[in-house]
Amino acid sequence: MNARLVSEFRSIVGDAGLVSGPEQLRTYECDGLTLFRVVPDLVLLPATAKEMQAIVKLCYREKIPMVARGSGTGLSGGALPVKGGVVISVTRMNRILEVDLPNARVVVEPGVTNSAITAAVSPRGYFYAPDPSSQVVCTVAGNVAENSGGAHCFKYGVTTTYILGLEVVLSDGTLLNLGGTTMDQPGYDVVGAFVGSEGTFGIITKVTLRIIKKPETIQVLMAAFNSSSEAGAAVSNIIASGMFPAAMEIMDRLALEAAEAAVHANYPNCQALLLVELDGSAREVELLMEKVGPICKECGAWEIRLAKSEPERMAVWKGRKAAFAAVGRISPNYLVQDGVIPRTALPRVLGEVDRLSADAGLRVANVFHAGDGNLHPLVLYDRRIAGQEERAMTLAEDILRLCVEAGGSITGEHGIGEEKKMFMPVMFSPADLDAMQRLRSAFDPYDLCNPTKMFPGTDANVQRPVAYEPHPIELAGLAQRY
Amino acid sequence: MSQARVENNEAWIELSAIVGPEHLRPATPEDAVDAVQPAGVIVPGSAQEVAKVLRYCGSAGLTIIPRGGGTQLGLGNRPRKADFVLSLERLNQVIEHAWGDMTVTVEAGCTIDKLQNVVREHGQQLGADPMQPEQATVGGVLATAESGTLRIRYGAIRDLVLGLEMALPDGSVIKAGGKVVKNVAGYDLTKLAIGSLGTLGVITRAVFRLHPVLVATATFAAMLPTALEAEKLVLAILDSHLVYTGLQIRARREDQVFVHIRFEGIPESLQDQFAKLRRIAGAHEFVDCSGDVWMERQKLFVNAATSVICKCCVLPSQIGSLCDALFPYAKTADVAFILVAQGTGLAELRLDAASQHTLMTVLGFLRSEVDRLGGTLTVAQCPVTMKSEMDVWGAVKDALPLMLRIKQKFDPGEILNPGRFVGGI
Repeated sequence: MNARLVSEFRSIVGDAGLVSGPEQLRTYECDGLTLFRVVPDLVLLPATAKEMQAIVKLCYREKIPMVARGSGTGLSGGALPVKGGVVISVTRMNRILEVDLPNARVVVEPGVTNSAITAAVSPRGYFYAPDPSSQVVCTVAGNVAENSGGAHCFKYGVTTTYILGLEVVLSDGTLLNLGGTTMDQPGYDVVGAFVGSEGTFGIITKVTLRIIKKPETIQVLMAAFNSSSEAGAAVSNIIASGMFPAAMEIMDRLALEAAEAAVHANYPNCQALLLVELDGSAREVELLMEKVGPICKECGAWEIRLAKSEPERMAVWKGRKAAFAAVGRISPNYLVQDGVIPRTALPRVLGEVDRLSADAGLRVANVFHAGDGNLHPLVLYDRRIAGQEERAMTLAEDILRLCVEAGGSITGEHGIGEEKKMFMPVMFSPADLDAMQRLRSAFDPYDLCNPTKMFPGTDANVQRPVAYEPHPIELAGLAQRY
Repeated sequence: MSQARVENNEAWIELSAIVGPEHLRPATPEDAVDAVQPAGVIVPGSAQEVAKVLRYCGSAGLTIIPRGGGTQLGLGNRPRKADFVLSLERLNQVIEHAWGDMTVTVEAGCTIDKLQNVVREHGQQLGADPMQPEQATVGGVLATAESGTLRIRYGAIRDLVLGLEMALPDGSVIKAGGKVVKNVAGYDLTKLAIGSLGTLGVITRAVFRLHPVLVATATFAAMLPTALEAEKLVLAILDSHLVYTGLQIRARREDQVFVHIRFEGIPESLQDQFAKLRRIAGAHEFVDCSGDVWMERQKLFVNAATSVICKCCVLPSQIGSLCDALFPYAKTADVAFILVAQGTGLAELRLDAASQHTLMTVLGFLRSEVDRLGGTLTVAQCPVTMKSEMDVWGAVKDALPLMLRIKQKFDPGEILNPGRFVGGI
């Protein structure tokens, strides 16, 4: 990028809001999907919506592609920079602007973290329901862009359910207020359309969201099974009995090993572990939980533990939420997938995944949101062994095709981003994709916001690292990789 | 286009060829929308036929009013033009109830009652109770984003939709979303279609997530002396650990304001909930009452040809102030009112007066009050003569240019419900 432009950007955001050093820029070369990397020309960190608007107007004038970024925890490469473009980080806009408890509304800047919202309202007994595993660091704007889910969406729904209003800057620099604090604003549900658009419609500068009251009681039951299929059958029977758990999670042996190694969750030593969380009124949870144990036993559970207190519950969830990262302990490299299937297809699809895994000679660890059929197969491999990475990618792709064939989706919560755009035609017809493009062009006619993502046929000029490249701060001994 | 001319003209021949002559009939006065008389009623038998009809009408410059059960035809501004009604009455089947997955795939012309009856066989329900379920269809409920008293527990209808099939004016049939509970692949076009009053495309099929039917149910009512006290009680309930499937304020007189609450669940927990409710309510006494109170919204629309019915969306903590502004004003202006407000802050209001002039005045006052509170007001139904004097949706703020661009991308020929939606869309 030429010096004149850089100094023009600098005049908007100041030195504190601009990253241009080659070493520092590498911090932004990828998000949670480290497989793809592109070094951006410039990173901008505006502190206000006004600065944001000025940056975007400048990009618009110069037709510079913009990639918005929160904390960069996304797992599909949604915040991967675009060659010749700028990355605009919202992390400096991190104030909670308004908390209205009587109406259960919170207004925040885009860089506020998911957990910070709950922390702000928790003393008064409220929480923000979507809970992606990265919630401690991920930003609300990133959650909105990806329509993030979490372990509790079977009962509570995903991000879109909780977003009432957005202030956004469109690619031409127009600042718009979409939706508001009250429900059912007349006109098209442009807020609903914006949520999950993966940064391709514009950049978020303010979010109005709903919080909800914490349930009176929460209990988690852990049941140990000899196979994932048995655990899956228990899930079906729990639902068939008319219960509506807040969360149901299954971890298989490999995932358990990893979680154990990382956070010592003290899980039973089993082939498959099922977590069932019930919440609601104390009396109802007590009575219903008495039924869950026997259902699990009928399906083959040989050990059942109930976590009633908050610390016990936290310990149970800690292992589950750490599972992805923990897999790094048992494999040098891994790919996380995010397919969704109708829950009843679970036993069949898991059997197929086992078969595919054996054929490819690669291990697959399974962690999944069993209530809503959201699978997270973790394909383990070693990049140093020639051909393994390619085999791992092929295996991950085969698993996604399996999900679509079973009537499901290629992504339940991680998004399409860079990673899965080639799979869009597997799920959608040309007419479906054309309709999406029409919507996109209504928001961003010049394709300046996160271009090259989500749809096939666009090249991000992505570099795949051939071998692990340590970051300079790692070489300098300032950071450690584990 | 007059009816006398129509049956032999080219449009009639072309449309007959698409849907079959037996599925194209001349329109009657009952088919009129806000006194705009269409020439015919087209009844396609498949999504593809719907799409072909739209494409043909686009090329011929003919306009279409999509229609489900016809329960909400009073919603929206008067159409600029209405050549044909497109009825979804033949697309009325429940395609698949995947009860193990708690999802259902249903055609747009299926009534809500029919859908509920099918899924109830496996102890499940669509967690929504729109008005007139025996007549209202899936497509109509989605196009109008109608939500009922269950919303406070299960969310809006948009939150229950997993996927949609839609016919677009360019003749394509598209799919948005999917069949699984979690799915973030591509843009969420379902959100765009829901509540768009059929101005972007015609919904032909929907996939919903379902909830278990709760075994036991009980409704309680308390009478409060003022709307502000009722609001205070509702806020206390919202701030409590109670788990309810309905929370409503109803008032016909300013000194008799009722709060209704419904619990559903296992019998043992209902008692427990009631005991807790009494502690929260303090001096206000809750008594067991009939579940009929949850039909109050629907009752607003009975014999309402000369009434104004409007929907005020405010915050739960503003319901009291809204009432406090309205009640004395209505009294002075000699306007009768019935207010039914949900705990979500969605308040529906019926106004009756001796003259339309009075109704216009009170509506103007109400709109300014709602604006002052930062909410929105939509007229859901009113005499057609009043529609020429106002936009029933009120003003859409800075998002209107964006909405106009979206309309332009999907329906450039403006053949779908022209003029009925916001900002002249």
